[in-house]
Amino acid sequence: MSGRRVVITGSGWITPMGHDLDSVWKRLVAGDTMVGPIDRFDAATFPTSFANQVRDYDWTKYVESAARHGQPGMHTAFALGAARQAWNASGLGDMDGLDRRRCGLYLGSGEGALDFDSYQKSTTASWQKDLAKINEGSWHAAAAEYIDGAYEVAQEPNEPITHIAREFGLRGPAFNCLTACAASTQAIGEACDILRRGDADVMISGGTHTMLHVLGITGFNRLTALSTRSEDPEHASRPFSRSRGGFVMGEGSGVIVLESLEHAEARGATILAEVTGYGSSADAYRITDLHPDGRGPAAAMHAAMREAGIDPKRCDAQGRPEVQYISAHGTGTQENDAIETKSVKLVFGDNAPKIPMTSIKSMMGHLICAAGAVELITCLLIMREGIIPPTINLTDPDPDLDLDYVPNVARAATVDTCLSNSFGFGGQNDTLVVQRPRP
Amino acid sequence: MSRPVAITGIGPVTAFGLGIEPLWEALEANETGIKPLEAYDGTQWNCPFGGELPKDAFAIRKLVPKHYRKATKVMCRDIELAVGGALFAVKDAGLTTAGTGEGEPTIAPDRVGCHIGAGLICPDVNELGEAFVVSCDDDMTFSLGHWGREGMQHLTPLWLLKYLPNMLACHVTIVHDCQGPSNTITCWESSAPLSMAESMRVIQRGAADACLTGGVESRLNVLATLRQQYAGRIVNASVGDDPATLVRPFAEDAGGTVLGEGGGILVIEALENARERGATIKAMISGIACTQSITDNILTEASADSIADAITLALGQASLSAHDIDAVVPMGLGIPGIDRAELEALRISLGERGPTLPRVLLTPATGNCCAGHGAVQLAVATRAIELQRLPGRDTTLNHVLILTASQGGQNTATILSQESGS
Repeated sequence: MSGRRVVITGSGWITPMGHDLDSVWKRLVAGDTMVGPIDRFDAATFPTSFANQVRDYDWTKYVESAARHGQPGMHTAFALGAARQAWNASGLGDMDGLDRRRCGLYLGSGEGALDFDSYQKSTTASWQKDLAKINEGSWHAAAAEYIDGAYEVAQEPNEPITHIAREFGLRGPAFNCLTACAASTQAIGEACDILRRGDADVMISGGTHTMLHVLGITGFNRLTALSTRSEDPEHASRPFSRSRGGFVMGEGSGVIVLESLEHAEARGATILAEVTGYGSSADAYRITDLHPDGRGPAAAMHAAMREAGIDPKRCDAQGRPEVQYISAHGTGTQENDAIETKSVKLVFGDNAPKIPMTSIKSMMGHLICAAGAVELITCLLIMREGIIPPTINLTDPDPDLDLDYVPNVARAATVDTCLSNSFGFGGQNDTLVVQRPRP
Repeated sequence: MSRPVAITGIGPVTAFGLGIEPLWEALEANETGIKPLEAYDGTQWNCPFGGELPKDAFAIRKLVPKHYRKATKVMCRDIELAVGGALFAVKDAGLTTAGTGEGEPTIAPDRVGCHIGAGLICPDVNELGEAFVVSCDDDMTFSLGHWGREGMQHLTPLWLLKYLPNMLACHVTIVHDCQGPSNTITCWESSAPLSMAESMRVIQRGAADACLTGGVESRLNVLATLRQQYAGRIVNASVGDDPATLVRPFAEDAGGTVLGEGGGILVIEALENARERGATIKAMISGIACTQSITDNILTEASADSIADAITLALGQASLSAHDIDAVVPMGLGIPGIDRAELEALRISLGERGPTLPRVLLTPATGNCCAGHGAVQLAVATRAIELQRLPGRDTTLNHVLILTASQGGQNTATILSQESGS
């Protein structure tokens, strides 16, 4: 690793399992889940009628002036809550003389949600059956009646960084990336690179997303990527099990505060962890499939550990691998879990079965763009608390998947180094290495 | 700056067609590509014009390798344009890749990254409309129950994959077998320079030796246009108006912008690698800096101070002074609040000379290509440096400044230089 060292000094999340670190952590350790029927819209006839929704969330509690944020999209609302928690935890708001031109943002935010009802009404009202297309003039007139312009404008994927910058007065480098399920892991990795180069002292990073809307569920249903276990939703997310049948949709946001080590030390900040490695690759294979050899995920893991100075096949004198926990991408699709397992074996060799590897998506559902950030925050809590949350619903293990997935029950463990994987639809693979703060 | 990075290929995609030549010729002739919309009937809309690619200029099936033709069925317009731009850029750079034909790749696939800016892609309204209609009761009342049972079945199984922003980079990486880091930046008009900044970081930290970089978008569809209209960014115009005068950047009577489509892909490489393979160095990337505007109106205003910060930072990266800049390619959308901020930023950062520097204005010719706009700016600046010429006249161009200030407040300042001047 070259350049400045990068540490994490704050974290926060808004998730389907709660809106603060401690309550969600307790549920993760207990192997709890809150997956249930979708009630945001009537999904009763959809192939998938359940998800893990964020409930009872009021974003206005997390901002100084709700009026300054207008009518934010749900992705922005989630991000404001997570960012406020992370910002407050970092103590940056109490720092005298913080140079906000040296404070930037890098989120992996998805888009907001199209107002399906209004869009549908405008479209059907202007539909020309004989031509099988809309009349654009009629559509425009109908849209003027049905569509809320302010709502639509707020759905852009870069809206969350804009609002977070406004809330905290941040004027440094600002990016948003959208690489599907890999987005927030990639955002954090690239934010670290910006800090290492010295282009900023502080970066607010992470991700936010909801695809829990009519077209989101429709799209993933058509891809057959979602579990359809509607009769038993609590047990639908089944990573690494033989009966896994797709992922469960979640939503939310995870945000962390990243700083250069010298900036954090100079202000006496509490350092939660150090980000020591980041690797990124593209599968460049097919639009729907991972390369069967697992070459893309393996390349990302290798690159991250190379940067961290870790030899994945080495053990210490006590026989402990240098990485003690892997946060799996672990979606619960047949393909992902098999190829992720294969690539971990490829990278870690004989050490692979010795390293606990879990998927919190079994409890949390899949937060898509936000998933990687929420999973990285879980890594911080694992190092702090010495407990690894389980992969739940792993009651019928796949005989071909033979790593240590910590099935169903949490486990006490001393973890100093974690590796967190995220792989996006479209072939982007990203891996982060975080370690307990070291002198 | 560590590990210098060069531009070796450009592949703009604009209303004038594919590649730099038709665009440059149009700029020399002061022509506009803005014309009455063909993508849809806009005659009853507030602006029935757009910077649209001619229909005959672009047939993606003919451009991609034969084995990849089937995949064009799941490409939306944005993806098609990105794939087309990338093919042009790679050929312009003299590279052999999996996408250009037979032969060993010039650069090992795992040493090539790909960063392509993209926007919020709207689904095809007619494709969805058919599914909506079959989900209606006899009185044309839509039913989600019908949608779940029958309506959604009218969408192709891969429907979602046509509209994910990262699918631009996904297809490009598959066509050219780019296995290095790949990302999709979604920051409106700043997407392409931010992508180039990331590509440059990737090369400088040693994670790749070359990257395909840039941005592409087409918002010439009803929902995307409506969103821009609601945002107050589109000029009001009527059928019969002169398209050449619709966008008037920096003019006192500027009334808004016109949407275009396109953008472009550039090939950038570590200078030492480019020299080693005998590539033509079209320009050097001397500095790219980015900042965030803080304003309550992020749709039609920007912060001059924050844009000026970006310029100052970019000058610092390039070890240049204000007087070293020879020309500016501003965003110049014709949106008064943003134009004013760009001009004021030039004054703040470069002094009184800043606003008087020669400016290359692209939006009146191409329309606002949104996530692709910065790529058009970068490609034109590269061409200008290569030719030592601004549209209409020869000149000396050691260093050209490119500015963007996006919807949402992300600002970039990029300095491109001629090789000997960097």
